[in-house]
Amino acid sequence: MSQQVSNNIAADPRFLKFVAKRNTYSIIMTILGALAYYGFILLVAFDPKLMAAKMGAGMTTSIGVPIGVGVIVFTIILTWIYVRRANGEFDDEAAEIIKGASK
Amino acid sequence: MTIKHIIAAVAALAVAGGAIAAGADLGQAQKQATNWTAIVMFAIFVAATLWITKWAAAKTKSAADFYTAGGGITGFQNGLAIAGDYMSAASFLGISGLVFGNGFDGLIFSIGWLVGWPVITFLMAERLRNLGKFTFADVASYRFAQTPVRVFAATGSLVVVAFYMIAQMVGAGQLIKILFGMEYLYAEILVGSIMMMYVLFGGMTATTWVQIIKACMLLGGATFMAISVLMQFGFSPEALFTKAVEVHSKKDAIMAPGALIKDPISAISVGMALMFGTAGLPHILMRFFTVPNAKEARKSVAWATTWIGYFYILTFIIGFGAITNLIADPSMFYVDGEIAKGLKGGGNMAAVHLSKAVGGDLFMGFISAVAFATILAVVAGLTLSGASAVSHDLYASVIKKGQANSADELRVSKITTVCLGILAVVLGIAFEKENVAYMVMLAFVIACSGNFPVLFMSVLWKNCTTKGAVTGGFVGLTLAVVLTIGSASVWEAVLHNPKGSAWFPYNSAAIFSMTAAFFTIWLVSILDNSAQAKKERALYPDQQIRSETGVGAAGASGH
Repeated sequence: MSQQVSNNIAADPRFLKFVAKRNTYSIIMTILGALAYYGFILLVAFDPKLMAAKMGAGMTTSIGVPIGVGVIVFTIILTWIYVRRANGEFDDEAAEIIKGASK
Repeated sequence: MTIKHIIAAVAALAVAGGAIAAGADLGQAQKQATNWTAIVMFAIFVAATLWITKWAAAKTKSAADFYTAGGGITGFQNGLAIAGDYMSAASFLGISGLVFGNGFDGLIFSIGWLVGWPVITFLMAERLRNLGKFTFADVASYRFAQTPVRVFAATGSLVVVAFYMIAQMVGAGQLIKILFGMEYLYAEILVGSIMMMYVLFGGMTATTWVQIIKACMLLGGATFMAISVLMQFGFSPEALFTKAVEVHSKKDAIMAPGALIKDPISAISVGMALMFGTAGLPHILMRFFTVPNAKEARKSVAWATTWIGYFYILTFIIGFGAITNLIADPSMFYVDGEIAKGLKGGGNMAAVHLSKAVGGDLFMGFISAVAFATILAVVAGLTLSGASAVSHDLYASVIKKGQANSADELRVSKITTVCLGILAVVLGIAFEKENVAYMVMLAFVIACSGNFPVLFMSVLWKNCTTKGAVTGGFVGLTLAVVLTIGSASVWEAVLHNPKGSAWFPYNSAAIFSMTAAFFTIWLVSILDNSAQAKKERALYPDQQIRSETGVGAAGASGH
């Protein structure tokens, strides 16, 4: 039965479109995550002075601290954004395709 | 011998060990005194987890129960367990120690350990869950010839597990000397035997709960410390940093990048190892088979990322808190009361000393016990994944050609667990005096150069073939090991060659070994025109449907 469903999904033009859409999204998110990290690391490597610059006159906190913590928070948020969309919209679409194929 | 007897025996052993250490301790007063609070707290943790193991043992009947806890763990639970698997004692004590010594560099370092998680979330989690059953080799070998791919995957798993394990076992021995005031040898035997009981009797169910409990204790303890520190400064990080800069010997330099990043190539290479290596660690990948479906698999990584990221932010605060708090009482925390001589027990003790400063002896006992429990949880996860590589990939799939029955497979995994437990103890003792600092990094480099490329290409690239995957995987694995041997951290620090003689100039081999693995997989696959290769390519659409939609995926297996 499962094989029949599988064949029907293969024949459904929506399937490859769906995969392409979700993959594009995954890749964009991966690139965003990598950009945040490598951007941070390369900034540290090539312009350490910028990272050491103070947040404001008379302050001790350097710009690097909120940027670093920001990278961590950004990574967490990025993950949740992806999971919400994948578990909601994408899963609904996949369920639709599977339902069509199971008839 | 029933499990009850064994628990009683180990409890007796633990108490006896403490007593002997207390006796021996008189002769080595310079070292840390026996810390009874910590030992008692740790004993409570062990008793509680062994009680859970007993409960889990009743539920562990089939191979599926053993490998995946029957697939019934929720996403939230699994997220905590993954965090428990990943947050090692080294990252807790090491990163807070790094912040204590160098400030901002510690933050740079910790961020690297988080970047692997988005890669797993966006590219791997759901596909792993949909294609696999027990091990990542199930996924990599889905449409390929079983024997070569399984042999490669088992090799990759065992090599990664071995290096990771040695680092943990040696760390356990060093920690127990400082934290509990006990002998190195006891740590090895204690960790080896308790971990073996978790895995042997409770399988994945017990391992998961040990990791969850440990994660909660570690996150709870670290949160308490960070809040205590922030409270001293009216919850103003600026005030905390100002005070830290004022008292730290490096002054304002602790707010700026220091010596951590030397050259951009090394920075990128280390980044690659951390980013893609996480997605090739067998004990982490295995956790994705414990949840019932792809939805829960995604939730588990999102939770894991959240907890791990939160934990790194805490370690940063804890490191700065140690700077401001420990200086206030040099006679308590510094060698001979002199700040220039460094912390008692070394720089990695910053978090432990801080726990005493903010919470007294009882809380320090708790944190010490947590640090040690952390090692147990990580080692249990490693052993379980090593055992499944042997029993599921080598025994059931390669030797028995997939015809092994569940009871035999379970027996093989239990025998392997005992062997791995003994091996871990032996290696831990053998490497006591060795420099093992490079080993965790090497495990990541191997994971990103061997396991990850094979997994990635087999799942996402239609034209990938068995020959390509296996050749590329072994090229990556070999190159990772060879280049690491040639780097300063092994060639000079471990093999004692003269300084400057290391022939591989970078900190991490990943940029070369991972690239070589992908290139080899690609090249060998496109040149492969055998009948087998054609068959494998023809199977891709079916694999793709299952990996993308979960149709036909192994359900909550065994139940």
